[in-house]
Amino acid sequence: MVDAIVIPLLKIVILLNAVLVAVSYLVLLERKVIAFVQSRLGPMRVGPHGILQPIADAVKLMTKEDITPARADRWVFTAAPIMVMVPALIVFAVIPFGPEVELFGRSVPLYITDINIGLLYIVSVASLGVYGIILGGWASNSKYPLLSSLRASAQLISYEVAVTMTLVSMILMAGTLSMVGIVESQRDASLWFIFAQPVAFAIFFIGGLAETNRAPFDMPEAEQELTGGFHTEYSGMRFALFFLAEYANMIVISSVATTLFLGGYLRPFPGVEGLAFLDLIPAWSWFVLKTFVFLYVFLWIRATLPRYRYDQLMRLGWKVLIPIAIGNVVVTGVAKVLL
Amino acid sequence: MLEAYVPILIFVFVATGFAIFTLIMSGLLHPERYNKVKLEPYECGIEPETDARDRYSIRYYLVAMLFVIFDVETVFMFPWAVIMDELALFGLIEMIVFLFILVVGYVYAWRKGALEWA
Repeated sequence: MVDAIVIPLLKIVILLNAVLVAVSYLVLLERKVIAFVQSRLGPMRVGPHGILQPIADAVKLMTKEDITPARADRWVFTAAPIMVMVPALIVFAVIPFGPEVELFGRSVPLYITDINIGLLYIVSVASLGVYGIILGGWASNSKYPLLSSLRASAQLISYEVAVTMTLVSMILMAGTLSMVGIVESQRDASLWFIFAQPVAFAIFFIGGLAETNRAPFDMPEAEQELTGGFHTEYSGMRFALFFLAEYANMIVISSVATTLFLGGYLRPFPGVEGLAFLDLIPAWSWFVLKTFVFLYVFLWIRATLPRYRYDQLMRLGWKVLIPIAIGNVVVTGVAKVLL
Repeated sequence: MLEAYVPILIFVFVATGFAIFTLIMSGLLHPERYNKVKLEPYECGIEPETDARDRYSIRYYLVAMLFVIFDVETVFMFPWAVIMDELALFGLIEMIVFLFILVVGYVYAWRKGALEWA
């Protein structure tokens, strides 16, 4: 009973809090990074260097008037943010933050669960968010949100194909779908898979940018064309749920990329004995560090690159990334048989 | 094996509970001073005259259908990739035949212009 329910529940509550704190500080980090890129200071008023800004934002969003437009479909309008938020959170269930650790005389693994179809679970749950986006745009019954939700859905599913295809070549490398198994196979190979699969990594990263609606693929929220994107009609806490989910998805993509390509919680050069002193640093901090690097690159790209045009976006997804991904699967398969 | 899914079930309940809880909390806290203009859909200040749910481009349906085809084909490859070590050369040839059929369909869609957006 304790092992089956209480410990997972405890871990879930801790993880949920950690994710929410990470998400709110990611928003602050984004504002700070973009500000520094543009020679500004960013938020400075709330707390020293603005570090209390996320708390102020949370209080503000909690107490804001929450409007349901008169023409909107009331129930779907409320359900949509929940349908976006829940998948973005439950993906974290299979991500391994570290191996088993001793805690209060009990061996506790630093992941919620390790199912043998972990990667398939991530792919399927992450796609569920599309329902919330398209229903939110539809329920608003307003022009811009509807157009934007259509665009967002088309974009998400287009890049989904290429990203799923790169996962096939990663499974070929690891021989398992379990997320812990994928990390451990990188330990066995004493190689981070980014060095064996640079092409898959590039496709995965570009697809990741597109699937989280980040610049340079942030057409669904292009302010100049569509006011605010699919959540134009949303305000208050329902808007906050969309917003949190978007940043949670960024953390999800970064964590999955870390697990698949950068060896998850492994130290750098997992096969080199001479660097064994690096094991003194707790394994989970390697994971956090690598995920942070990805998140920083996300923000850096947003501050640097202009936005794609929609037809260019679809062309890149369907005509460039998919053929390369298929070719990569074939090359990986052939190399695996020959070597 | 099935007990590995129990934590996921708990997580679904906790996450849904969190989302509903925050909505209820803010529902208790936020002011409600609605008026007719405030509840209008956003359209840059102009009163909308028609329903927003108008016809839209057929291309979105096309993309959705292509997605279903290609994504299902990709998921078929997951089990093959897991046991590739045992299948070896036989599995590789099988999968190349499978991929060849997929690529024929892909080239057909490209030639028919299904992948053109504008």
